[in-house]
Amino acid sequence: MAEPTIPLDDDLPVPPELQKTWAVLRRGLRESPELRTGLGFTLILSFAVIVATLVVPILIQKIFDHGFDGGFQAAYVYSICGIALVLVTGSYIAGRAAGRRLVTASEHALKNLRVRTFAHIHELSVAEQTKEKRGIFVSRVTADVDSLAEFTEWGGIAWLISAAQIAGALLLMLVYSWQLTIPLVLLVIPLLLVVGKLQAGFTSAYSLVRTRVGEMLSEVSESVMGAAVVRAYGLDESVHGRVANAIGNRYRAQMTAHRRAATLFPVAVLFQALGIATVVVLGAFYGESWGLTVGRVTAFLFLADLFLRPFADLPEIYSETQTAIAGWRKILTVIDLPVEIVEPEPGVVLEHGALDVRTEDVRYAYPDSDHVLHGVSLHIRPGGHVAIVGETGCGKTTFAKLLSRLADPVEGRIVVNGVDLREIAPASRRTAIRMVPQDGFLFDTTIRENVRQGRPGATDRDVETAFEELGLGEWVAQLPDGLETVAGERGEALSVGERQLVALARAQIASPGLLILDEATSAVDPGTEQRISEALRRLSHGRTVVTIAHRLSTAEQADHVFVFDAGRVVEEGRHEALVANGGVYARLYQSWLGNVSVG
Amino acid sequence: MSVTAEPIEQHDASRGMFLRGMRLVASYIRTHPGPFAVSLFGALLFAIGGIATTAVLGRVTNQVLVPAFSGGVDARTIWLGAAAIVGVAAVRALGIGLRRYFSGMTGERMMRTIRLQVAERYKELPVAYHKATPTGELLAHMEADVNAAVEVIYPVPFATGVLFLVLFAMVSLILTDPYLAAIGLLVIPTLALMNRSFARRVQGPVERAQERIGDVSAVVHESIDGALIVKTLGREDAETERLAARAEELRKERVEAGNIRAGFEPALEALPSVGIILLLGVGSWRVSRGDVTLGTLVQFVALFNLLAWPMRFIGWILAELPRALVGKDRVDQVLAQPVTVAPPARPVHLPDGPLGIEVQALDYHLDGLPILSGVDLEVRPNESVAIVGPTGSGKSVLAQLMVRLDDPDAGEVLVGGVNVRHVDPLELRTTAALVFQESFLFAASLRANIALDSGASDARIEAAAQLARAHGFIERMPRGYDTLVGERGVTLSGGQRQRVALARALVRHPRILILDDATSAVDPTIEAEILNGLREAHDATLIVVAYRLSTITLADRVLVLDDGRIVATGAHDELLTAEPRYAQIVRAYERGEV
Repeated sequence: MAEPTIPLDDDLPVPPELQKTWAVLRRGLRESPELRTGLGFTLILSFAVIVATLVVPILIQKIFDHGFDGGFQAAYVYSICGIALVLVTGSYIAGRAAGRRLVTASEHALKNLRVRTFAHIHELSVAEQTKEKRGIFVSRVTADVDSLAEFTEWGGIAWLISAAQIAGALLLMLVYSWQLTIPLVLLVIPLLLVVGKLQAGFTSAYSLVRTRVGEMLSEVSESVMGAAVVRAYGLDESVHGRVANAIGNRYRAQMTAHRRAATLFPVAVLFQALGIATVVVLGAFYGESWGLTVGRVTAFLFLADLFLRPFADLPEIYSETQTAIAGWRKILTVIDLPVEIVEPEPGVVLEHGALDVRTEDVRYAYPDSDHVLHGVSLHIRPGGHVAIVGETGCGKTTFAKLLSRLADPVEGRIVVNGVDLREIAPASRRTAIRMVPQDGFLFDTTIRENVRQGRPGATDRDVETAFEELGLGEWVAQLPDGLETVAGERGEALSVGERQLVALARAQIASPGLLILDEATSAVDPGTEQRISEALRRLSHGRTVVTIAHRLSTAEQADHVFVFDAGRVVEEGRHEALVANGGVYARLYQSWLGNVSVG
Repeated sequence: MSVTAEPIEQHDASRGMFLRGMRLVASYIRTHPGPFAVSLFGALLFAIGGIATTAVLGRVTNQVLVPAFSGGVDARTIWLGAAAIVGVAAVRALGIGLRRYFSGMTGERMMRTIRLQVAERYKELPVAYHKATPTGELLAHMEADVNAAVEVIYPVPFATGVLFLVLFAMVSLILTDPYLAAIGLLVIPTLALMNRSFARRVQGPVERAQERIGDVSAVVHESIDGALIVKTLGREDAETERLAARAEELRKERVEAGNIRAGFEPALEALPSVGIILLLGVGSWRVSRGDVTLGTLVQFVALFNLLAWPMRFIGWILAELPRALVGKDRVDQVLAQPVTVAPPARPVHLPDGPLGIEVQALDYHLDGLPILSGVDLEVRPNESVAIVGPTGSGKSVLAQLMVRLDDPDAGEVLVGGVNVRHVDPLELRTTAALVFQESFLFAASLRANIALDSGASDARIEAAAQLARAHGFIERMPRGYDTLVGERGVTLSGGQRQRVALARALVRHPRILILDDATSAVDPTIEAEILNGLREAHDATLIVVAYRLSTITLADRVLVLDDGRIVATGAHDELLTAEPRYAQIVRAYERGEV
């Protein structure tokens, strides 16, 4: 009953220290030192770009005021034009260098952040790596890291550059005329108020758009994922109606956003015109009495533009910053998830051969939920083949995960060959204790590489031997490309049964002393089924085997059966004895008999 | 019937692509001409307003500012000048507003049009298509592909306005002064050329970076999907290295693209400044000779300022074209998928009372492989029949064809003697219910999931749930039948889901009930209760696709399907002795059971 992951705006709970915008920004910068190194020089280079924008009004003022003093001052005009050209060229070079430095630092930082987040996700315990969270984790490493790029390459520094441009223009205006500067500065107040109000409008409009897009996608995904049910029950029109309705709602939300966005630049243009008109009126009426010149007033026409324009860019920079902060917050939340499994250094190395396993009052609870294991104590002798049975939700799968240290018990301990599982060296544990999960997940590479992953440093010959030892040489030979056959995404180029065969070979190559088998439930064709049983028989030989049994026929064959119920071992013993006992196991067995023995 | 997606051809930056792109844009404009016309009008208003602004600045310099510092100017002229500045700005502002809003509307309407088409097609396509295509891909056709296909339209009105602006600027430069015109002729085409060269140079790294993003995301998806295996094999570090290698390739491409952009952006800022400096230098000389006025000079400086920024948008459209074409191709592929199940023009009603099913010479292919070949069978009214066969023998497909979830390539299905192709789909849906192994639940309450548009009363819902042995666990939930399930709701176990799905079928009192391995995840004891209950309480023609012996025993008769054909039919006991293939299947069931 596999369900594809639906892209949802799902979130992990944000820790309190990452609620505040500034805290996120500070942490983000601390986690990515690549962004800070050399930032000072990059900033200096970026400010040099501002010089180029101020050159034009200065040039106008100089030429208008001094270029025609007592006839055309050709030498003066051409030389200041020459200086201006040099400055513009210089600022181009500085800008280019600043851009390159930003790109280099930012991409370096993003790559490292991506790899670190990914590595951290793999370190989390299986309790965190639930199916529901997979989609979230994937987007943290992909889309969320990408969402930072705009900010780290431009948005972050754009705040400073805009501030510098405003400051530079302001400074020059004050030099030319403080009287003309005052009305322009005063104009900034209503401009900021209006822009701020518009900004709030964009934020709410875009968040509505996101909600509507999400709603539309979940309607569509229901309609396609549930297509069979929709068709079989004649829901086509009502479901289509809901999808069409969601498309319409999304359209309306988009148009609200467009309407609000469409007002920003017209407002900015009007404010700019008001500023210029004010300069013209004041300059013409009082310019002479304030001791201004035609050049200075004309320069002001352009300075007003330079001074006011950055304010209209603020919403864009702001929204990019918001995007980045949101992305950072999501990534940092994952990075802050605690790693529960702490590996010993160097740890005890297990000797080769079948292992003795003892659990002492093992209890376990998944985060934020009730206990699923309530004190499990059991003992499995070396070479013993035991089955664990019980109804869905009895804790048997969780127990298997604890045995292979995919998570640690909350209380109690697991002792292997007399050593606490937590004291065993990771490399030793991984080859000596091997869990074979039921889904037979394979990587999208050849069968050979998939099996080789079972033991670091395994040779081609080792891989072939593993298959032969399991009696699968013949099966490999009849594959289209033998061991070079590609398994496909999640191994889906092979059938469920074939994937299990490869998974068994992957376990065989490690030669584990304890094998934990999570039995498959899916139907497999009879031929493959026989191969699997034979391979399992050979794989189990001389090893301690714990099988999480979904079939009572497996339990029938086990040396010893543990019956789990609601997180406890309620019965144990051999199959026959348990049946005779008349307890939980006997009831399970009776219903099984009732199902198979008719006719 | 084939549902595999064709690989999408690569679009190169050729002339053919440009023409196709233009045709695509033209088709959008034809679909929603109204809003596009208004946005174009806005763009022209913006261009005219912009040009007027520069002209006003020039005249204000000549007639207000220069006289103000040499002899004086009357107040009326000053106020007129100021009013003109604000007036032309208002025109420009109006133009910007109209253009942005209505080009947005053109795009959004086009997207809505395409999305509704895709939704309509999703509704009509056979279930096999939805099953064969990953949900993520189906969602992308609805969202990302449509965005990519249409977003190219947004800057079109603006670019048109800018072209107009550039043309006017050139003409007015040429008419005013040949020397100043020469500078314009130098700067404006250089800007255009720079745009093109940038677009061309950056295309390679940007496309490669896009591919690398795909690589990175493939590794991340696979690795996180297989996190449990990664852990059991202790391959965390190996996986991290694998990702690091892909991430490094991505980084390289992005740095290359970023470096090209880092060279381009400042040049785009610098070039108009260079033009303005040249303009001022040459212009002063022209002013000194009395050929142009200071006002004209101010006008042209303003004009260059105005041009510098929007020029990049023309290049942007060209860069967007390939993406738009790919997006549109992907959407078109969905729209071109053949619809196999068409409703009848004149529907025929089904007879009253119990209904039988007759299947005649049924052939069905999937991706060119035969699934069913020449299947004939008959199920009498109120009979219960089990269909048995090895994996891949076509049992599920047969069940789906019986209720016309798809049409066969050849042969017919008759329900109550009526060809299902002639029955009104809605009538067929209310008469025959198919329950699947994979029980999809909608994000809604359990009550709504069972009722599903049937309008069933609470009493009927509970009765159905009782028969499906779902009532008990539903009642035990804190919110009972109002419990939300689905993607954001309570997670039910596989068996619980199947019981809800069964209740959903039973609530409709179907005259034909088909169970396609619909109780496979239910605990055996409960399964037995359900099946016994069905046998006693339910009065319907029952077809069970069986993977378990327990379900086979429910049936009056067994049909054995192998390799797309019916190979045997009869009672379970007879078949067990008379038909070795059946005995073999039953043995396999026994081994693989519980």
